[in-house]
Amino acid sequence: MTTQTAPQREEHPRGAVAVEVTGATRVFQGSAGTVTALDGVDLTVGAGEFVSLIGPSGCGKSTLLRLIADLDRPSAGTIEVFGRTAEQARLAHDYGIAFQQAGLLPWRTVRANIELPLAMHGTGRAARRERADYLVELVGLAEFADHYPDQLSGGMQQRVAIARAVAEEPSLLLMDEPFGALDEMTRERLQGELVRICAETRAAVVFVTHSIPEAVFLSDRVVVMSARPGRIREVVDIDLTRAARSDEGLREDAAYFAAVTRVREALHHGSPAPAQGVELR
Amino acid sequence: MTRRLAGAALGLATLVLLAVVWELYKWLGPADGWSIGEARVLPRTSDLAMPHTWEILSRLADPLTAAPGAPSLARAVLAAGAFSFGIALLSWLLGVTVGILLALGMQRLRVVESAVLPLVILSQTIPLIALAPLVRGWGSRLYLGPVEWEPWMSVAVIASYLAFFPVAVGALRGLQSPDTIHVELMRSYGAGWWATLLRLRLPASVPHLLPALRLAAANAVVGTVVAEVATGIPGGLGRMILEFANFASSDPAKPWAPLLGAVLLGLVVAGLVALIGLPLSRFRRVEVSA
Ligand SMILES: Nc1ncnc2c1ncn2[C@@H]1O[C@H](COP(=O)(O)OP(=O)(O)OP(=O)(O)O)[C@@H](O)[C@H]1O
Ligand SMILES: [Mg+2]
Repeated sequence: MTTQTAPQREEHPRGAVAVEVTGATRVFQGSAGTVTALDGVDLTVGAGEFVSLIGPSGCGKSTLLRLIADLDRPSAGTIEVFGRTAEQARLAHDYGIAFQQAGLLPWRTVRANIELPLAMHGTGRAARRERADYLVELVGLAEFADHYPDQLSGGMQQRVAIARAVAEEPSLLLMDEPFGALDEMTRERLQGELVRICAETRAAVVFVTHSIPEAVFLSDRVVVMSARPGRIREVVDIDLTRAARSDEGLREDAAYFAAVTRVREALHHGSPAPAQGVELR
Repeated sequence: MTRRLAGAALGLATLVLLAVVWELYKWLGPADGWSIGEARVLPRTSDLAMPHTWEILSRLADPLTAAPGAPSLARAVLAAGAFSFGIALLSWLLGVTVGILLALGMQRLRVVESAVLPLVILSQTIPLIALAPLVRGWGSRLYLGPVEWEPWMSVAVIASYLAFFPVAVGALRGLQSPDTIHVELMRSYGAGWWATLLRLRLPASVPHLLPALRLAAANAVVGTVVAEVATGIPGGLGRMILEFANFASSDPAKPWAPLLGAVLLGLVVAGLVALIGLPLSRFRRVEVSA
């Protein structure tokens, strides 16, 4: 069906809301009692929006991400991804995911690892190959396309994992500390690459991190969480344009530093000592 | 390739070393062996008990019996070895199939694992010798329509009974070996049990499966020969070992020939299983975490 109305440039092809978390609570029953990992969390991530989750260790960041990915189920509350349940979204391959560890299959080459989600969803061989060629180029690993993961450094493996996560051009990317194990230089390079990839694929991103500068550099909004029970303490809007972000000069920009300070204050608000497990660099 | 050649050379060197040790002991050891009380701890070194290695080898070239037109001993041993090889191969295939099916069932359903795994382990405590006559008895009473239960089928069943065990255990460990991160990755792709099996669990199980296949091969060979001895089925190495034992005093080199045949059979089967591993080498790569 075609309409005569003017095209809405702001409209995302998949609708306005990527993730809608309402009253999500997750209680773990352990032998040592119960742990409330998440308590009544509400969060909305717009299509194409980059949202970071930051907070002290154990505040439920990974738990929230796993709920969205339908790798875990909430004890209470609902999660919608592009207007469907999290399970439907998972089965419809609505998201790509990357963890702290690369998690590449050791018996597959770089190229075959990137092709994995495509192969699993029945993309033809030629189309797969073309996409993988493009992606190894994008993450700067063209010469290593036929290498195996054990022949790559940790940073290179992580880049493959990111290429794999975006292979299907998902409208939603879920990332749990994907740069956590990397050195600062590799990390900044990959951050730049991620911004570029997101700009190209217009994907919404939920990004878990421990690093305030990283959160600020990447995000449209930073969600600051507090632990025991896991709750959202504050949401900090970062008003830096995407264009500014792809510019390396941003890291020295005054607006950038102001945003870093705001997130830091939100994190420390109400806690006298610096929050544990958060890098304050 | 050079590593494989080096491996073959090493194997050959081991054989030579074995022959040297044999001759050294024969030369230096006490002629009547060495006993503690009634029990002989070291064997006698007489030419009757331990013929020279070259005598055993040269005996292979001589005719099997004094009868005119008899084939050489080596020929007879090879023929018996080929017969046993056929049964061993069949029982290996049977054992591997059953073992992998059991492992798949156990991986698929926890209940099956807790019900079947203890039985699988228990099954190996029943001695083969006790089993052989039983299987033979059951087999002869089986009605299979036009197919008649042949005695060699009993041998194959008994040998596969030994062969399935390492495969069941090894394959189960292999199928369960993937890390949570990989299992969750598959889940994030919306992959069901089959897709996860093909893309993740089977490839991940290869490093566990290959040693299990090798063990199964050894078990199939031993099981075949022992079951041939236990059931007395003619044609194979087992029966030949039984028969040639009678020549221990009149033709001392002869009883060793079927034993050499059994060693050769083991080597051939081990080599064949090693061939299976060749195209699977990429599945033996291990993950290095970032
Ligand atoms: N499978 C589980 N069983 C029991 N408790 C769990 C489980 N997973 C998480 N928890 C608990 O839930 C809480 C939140 O865990 P979560 O992994 O979400 O924290 P996090 O914010 O990701 O921490 P980190 O920054 O260290 O990764 C923790 O107290 C943890 O002990
Ligand atoms: Mg975490």
